[in-house]
Amino acid sequence: MKVLVAVKRVIDYNVKVRVKPDNSDVDLANVKMAMNPFCEIAVEEAVRLKEKGVATEVVVVSIGPKVAQEQIRTALALGADRGILIETEEKLESLTVAKLLKGVVDKEQPQLVLMGKQSIDSDNNQTGQMLGALTGMAQGTFASEITIDGDKANVVREVDGGLRTVALNLPAVVTADLRLNEPRYASLPNIMKAKRKPLDVTTPADLGVEVKSTQSLVKVAPPAEREAGIKVASVSELVEKLKTEAKVL
Amino acid sequence: MAILVIAEHDNAALNGATLNTVAAAKAIGGDIDVLVAGSGCSAVAEAAAKVDGVAKVLVADHDAYSHQLAENVGELVAELGKNYSHILAPATTAGKDYLPRAAALLDVNMLSEVIAVEDADTFARPIYAGNAIATVKSADAIKVMTVRGTAFDAVAAEGGSATVETVDVVKDAGTSAFVSEELAQSDRPDLTAADVVISGGRGMQNGDNFEMLYKVADKLGAAVGASRAAVDAGFVPNDMQVGQTGKIVAPNLYIAVGISGAIQHLAGMKDSKVIVAINKDEEAPIFQVADYGLVADLFEAVPELENAL
Repeated sequence: MKVLVAVKRVIDYNVKVRVKPDNSDVDLANVKMAMNPFCEIAVEEAVRLKEKGVATEVVVVSIGPKVAQEQIRTALALGADRGILIETEEKLESLTVAKLLKGVVDKEQPQLVLMGKQSIDSDNNQTGQMLGALTGMAQGTFASEITIDGDKANVVREVDGGLRTVALNLPAVVTADLRLNEPRYASLPNIMKAKRKPLDVTTPADLGVEVKSTQSLVKVAPPAEREAGIKVASVSELVEKLKTEAKVL
Repeated sequence: MAILVIAEHDNAALNGATLNTVAAAKAIGGDIDVLVAGSGCSAVAEAAAKVDGVAKVLVADHDAYSHQLAENVGELVAELGKNYSHILAPATTAGKDYLPRAAALLDVNMLSEVIAVEDADTFARPIYAGNAIATVKSADAIKVMTVRGTAFDAVAAEGGSATVETVDVVKDAGTSAFVSEELAQSDRPDLTAADVVISGGRGMQNGDNFEMLYKVADKLGAAVGASRAAVDAGFVPNDMQVGQTGKIVAPNLYIAVGISGAIQHLAGMKDSKVIVAINKDEEAPIFQVADYGLVADLFEAVPELENAL
């Protein structure tokens, strides 16, 4: 079974995000970039499927500028077999990303597409579902467990109020939630080995996808600050304040 | 303009998140129709018809929709949504699951977790885990969006008298099936709907100690939540997680116990009306957003709080 994993280059999750003074966007100049944490979980799951003998090949795809090759190399160091970069300098919206991924799916014909449930920059949580719709594949979003059983995938999903299990016909799209697994660290020998793994570069035009944008950013502002209140000295003072001052008890 | 709101429900009762979504539709302005897609869901349709401001309720009652499978509901929403200027769904795990599929089938982009309506084309939504708020203008022919319930005050559940219309559109992709569900059983209110929420963090030390919070919660009629640190440490299940990657809550009173206040947690609760923090570390960032802070050992303060209520 071939598994396709989509990964995104985003701001490192440890970096404090700052809005530009002119409110045009967040400031990404000279900040550390990394693989989106949810994508890392998707890569780990694909590699585990390969280690279990369920997957035969793990192909990792990313869309972005030339430097996004770094994130593909990271995935290769974690155990993916080969990479594809769809190179573009443009900022893409989810629908275009889904169309580009559909182009790769049509070519590669994977049985399973794994991706993160959302990226920590745009927080859209849309691309996997859109890819499912465009390809007609079933989807298992917010997965915390994946079991491949013949031509089906049983996926345990994290839903409001608990867990829900669905059975998906393969091929299918599954998006990873936090508890699907804990990604490993790449070892130095594997990082060296990853440098020799194949990485193809293609473009949106090669895939026959027109890059167009329908959403324009009017402004980006920091969230409303909440002011610190007061410190109380005891539980009785707290209860008193909640009753008489805040009037919430 | 006509707006289609997708109802959230369990085939038996209309979920409150629908009322917040109708409120967002009202802020856009125009005729508001509600789609109830389910199986044996006539009681939900009746409830939806009473919701203030709803003109028409569309009911698609078929086995294919009984578990809100995204493949089927997504196609149904895309088919019925063609005639609308806006399609809105609550930003619940169900809405997040099917709505992007509908948008892709309509060949339009989508806006996730809308928190404010500027005008019929322009909306605000959080990005970077709530560290920035983006105002986005959409040029799509149909505006498709999920709505964050805590950002809009619910419309009245009673007072409306919408017509109810049956829709005979059956979309059964046949590519997925519901297998089972394990929903946490609790007599306490739902986290996202509770007036009072008390949450524990890593400072709780283990899952058994959450019992202290349950006792306080029972006195206050509160829901119990947790920080991601407490969930990752295995103290409590993930469905209790409050934060950017968990549930977004905005109760009248939020009590954070043994929670340091990581950005990702603050993103899930900072819109609460009154925030109380109990933490023994007086430098904890949670105190920077708390209205009332108590620097104390939670193992002494929480039982004392229970007795004082």
